[in-house]
Amino acid sequence: MTVYERPVHLLWWLERRSYLLFVLRELSSVFVAWTVVYLLLLVNAVSDGPASYQRFLDRSGEWWMVAINVIAMLFLLLHVVTWFGLAPRAMVVKARGRRVPPRQIVAAHYFAWLVLSAIVAWLVLR
Amino acid sequence: MADEITLEVARFRPGEDTEPVLQSYQVPLREQWAVLDGLSYIKDHLDGTLSFRWSCRMGICGSCGMTVNGDPQLSCATFLTDYAPGPIRIEPLHNFPVIRDLVVDIGDFMDKLPTVKPWLVRDVHSPLEEGEYLQTPEELEDYQQYSMCINCMLCYSACPVYALDQDFVGPAAIALAQRYNLDSRDEGADERLAVLSSPEGIWSCTFVGECSAACPKGVDPAGAIQRYKLTAATQAIKGLLMPRSRR
Repeated sequence: MTVYERPVHLLWWLERRSYLLFVLRELSSVFVAWTVVYLLLLVNAVSDGPASYQRFLDRSGEWWMVAINVIAMLFLLLHVVTWFGLAPRAMVVKARGRRVPPRQIVAAHYFAWLVLSAIVAWLVLR
Repeated sequence: MADEITLEVARFRPGEDTEPVLQSYQVPLREQWAVLDGLSYIKDHLDGTLSFRWSCRMGICGSCGMTVNGDPQLSCATFLTDYAPGPIRIEPLHNFPVIRDLVVDIGDFMDKLPTVKPWLVRDVHSPLEEGEYLQTPEELEDYQQYSMCINCMLCYSACPVYALDQDFVGPAAIALAQRYNLDSRDEGADERLAVLSSPEGIWSCTFVGECSAACPKGVDPAGAIQRYKLTAATQAIKGLLMPRSRR
């Protein structure tokens, strides 16, 4: 039987807004990894003493490093917002026999984010 | 409102065409007419060679899935007036081999579906005289939305993962597996685990979410898959920590 199979275009992810958002969300993982590496470099610089820390700060102040980190922050925000938005689809939480509304699950994620950020800020700024 | 609307229908005649070509037809634009009515008008009055699948005409059978202006839709539930003044482009469901015109080969889905055992599995069947297996409204609610699946395959057509990897078990089959896994009367979750947690199962899904957006019955296959990822991960950890315990 002769059939026609539609080829998948190389730029298929530009065909729909949802596909593009999905690819950007996947790409955001690279920037999450970069942020982890950057934080480890910071910790390493701090542990090596004031001169090393100063070099790290100087390098971080370079325009290209600021540009990378601004882009990384935007992707991190996209990562967090999209994954928190999807969380209630994966998590079905029940309390007293009733399903917890999706909005409350999303709110709980943002609340946990806020609490963890406050703890980190307190540790760094105290 | 105009009297007519143009339908640009993808035609593929095996042996004649190497790829689908669009053919335009003028059909009456009536308020209560769905795309399927327009295609039936073409078949009955303009071109009897046009091929397409349909059965119930009321969004139950899942036979008339097509790509309408780029979106997977049930053609019986997609109204012409919503696309006026047109034209409306009607193509076969994406991601399936086209046999002729708007008819696709659904063999791949039909082969995959029984592998997830989408039926009630019981270790021991209670005697008939004991009556029905009773269920509370809450237990029904756990799986009810997944039971709405009509196997129309719009979710497969919308899924870019399935487009790229035809080995993927796919959204509807996994949602239907969950329909039974979450049913309090079912005892077959262990038997479905191997297929669902295989690389071609839930782990192929990257949560694009288009399957749920395309579903005409409000099923959330993407959600079902993510929920099962949590279940499979929990089972895997339990297996590591307590290798001798029964799942």
